[in-house]
Amino acid sequence: MDTIVTGTLKGPKPVDCCSDAKPLADSVSIRNRMWIFIIVGFFALISIGTYALHEYYIYLSAYLWFGFIYGMCLQYGRFCFASAFRDLFAVGVPRMVVGIMIATVLFSFTSSFVASTGWSTFHPAPWSMHAVIAGIIFGVGMVFAGGCASGSLYKAGEGNGVSLLVILSISVTQSTFVDLGGWFNKLVPQSWAESALTKNLPSSITVSDGWVDQYLAGYVWDQPVITFANLLGLKDTSLIGAFFGNTLVGVIIPALLLLVGVYIIWSRKRYVLNLKEEKGRSAGIADHVRGFWAMIIASKRTAIAGLFLGIACGMQMFVIEGLRMKFGVKNAGTILQRIGFDFGISAKGTVFDPGYWYVTTQEAQWVGWIAQKLGWNNMDNIYFGWVNGIPSPAINPADWMSVALIGGAAVMALLNNEFKWKKPTRELAIWALIGGALMGIGSRLALGCNVGAFFVRTANGDISGWSFGLGMIGGAYIGVKFFNWYTERKMAREMANLNIDL
Amino acid sequence: MAMNLTQKETGHYVLDVKGYVCPHPQLYTKKVLEKLKSGDRLELVFDNPSSAESITAMCASEGNPILSKVNEGAVYIFEIQKA
Repeated sequence: MDTIVTGTLKGPKPVDCCSDAKPLADSVSIRNRMWIFIIVGFFALISIGTYALHEYYIYLSAYLWFGFIYGMCLQYGRFCFASAFRDLFAVGVPRMVVGIMIATVLFSFTSSFVASTGWSTFHPAPWSMHAVIAGIIFGVGMVFAGGCASGSLYKAGEGNGVSLLVILSISVTQSTFVDLGGWFNKLVPQSWAESALTKNLPSSITVSDGWVDQYLAGYVWDQPVITFANLLGLKDTSLIGAFFGNTLVGVIIPALLLLVGVYIIWSRKRYVLNLKEEKGRSAGIADHVRGFWAMIIASKRTAIAGLFLGIACGMQMFVIEGLRMKFGVKNAGTILQRIGFDFGISAKGTVFDPGYWYVTTQEAQWVGWIAQKLGWNNMDNIYFGWVNGIPSPAINPADWMSVALIGGAAVMALLNNEFKWKKPTRELAIWALIGGALMGIGSRLALGCNVGAFFVRTANGDISGWSFGLGMIGGAYIGVKFFNWYTERKMAREMANLNIDL
Repeated sequence: MAMNLTQKETGHYVLDVKGYVCPHPQLYTKKVLEKLKSGDRLELVFDNPSSAESITAMCASEGNPILSKVNEGAVYIFEIQKA
């Protein structure tokens, strides 16, 4: 049978396309260079132009450039939380679990440093089983969608149309989910409804009408907030609490245990086999230590990306808190009002301004903003009306971060000659919409996604981070089992029609 | 949309999964490799960058050597030998 590929490629050249030696600037085409200058120039122009209007805009630009760095790191390391456990369960590849653990440990060091200076922007989340359940829903969704919330952003920067659909689905689902009332109120337990009414929310928030409102005010807010430092009787802001409680006990030890488990189950067998073939002997403890280290450094790209990502995440907290002190504000809502934007500010005068890397809420906000403009009153719910607001995406700090993340990923993809527009097929579009919807629901139940609910919380010693992570692992396992079954069936059908000797 | 598996000659196959995103390229590659006989070769064609890392690691962990890697215009071609 005829082949399909090599003839369509102009002079294919062997390139070590997947290891650490990458064809960067010197092999970048003129067209790609031009696009890189346009993208970087666009963001630089926004930063300089808005700063010329008012120095307050530097606050939004800080979000923008950290987003840009995140995008570059994610694309360089193919850093997708979805692939971490999906690839482990589906094809036995541990590289992304390793990368995420490296990033989490590094982030934990930098965030503990920031916390001990009193400049941390982090607030732990209420903890209960809801984090695990939300993680399961999110985990299934990210496997179906082919990428997590942050992974979809960076893949959109590679020109991936499926990822754009995933982002759209996450955004629309969240925005709709948080405002579901009417019949859905019947699904609210009486205890939630009663508890929600005791929270003294302003009359503009109709807390008795809305499933998510009553879930938040009647259940989630009643749950304890716990960090590893607190469990040990230490303060998060003390040096010993931050570094010993939250980083060592809360991150390094669990991460090491997880990685040792991954080595024993997935990597050890191949390492022992190779050792036997090459040196003709069995593995001792020292060999296993070397094997473990070999697993850690197997993908230098992912490890390097994790390292930079971890440091950048901690730095962002430091910079944003510094800017808050400089401007004498606690939230970007005050800044927006000072520069003349008062639309979409929440009832308590705030907008979504996490002070660190976050993905999903700003996606809900831009759809919420459009819905509001089309006449949907969604400012009567807690999520938009009381906490996050729906400022215009043009002046939403977190939106600047996400847009720049896509731009940063595009720049890195162009540098690596990996940018390619890919139109979604019907099959992948369906998976994207289903997966995105599940991730949207999971995000709102957990008050965050793989970044906000897992990565940031885990690195800051919040036990709800690991809880969400455990759920996400379970969800990824369920998703992979389903995908395996689906792929087997599909392949069997497709191969039945092939005339090949297999 | 379907994956495209063709036979070049005896023991030499081509799997084209261009257009697919994660986890499809990895899964299809794994399942096709499982069906090949020892010594058979698989020419894998895909255009999802993150699959490149995963497939490289998967082949290393299963002991299937990658004989060559070609990257042109965001399309990857891996020549994999079944161990």
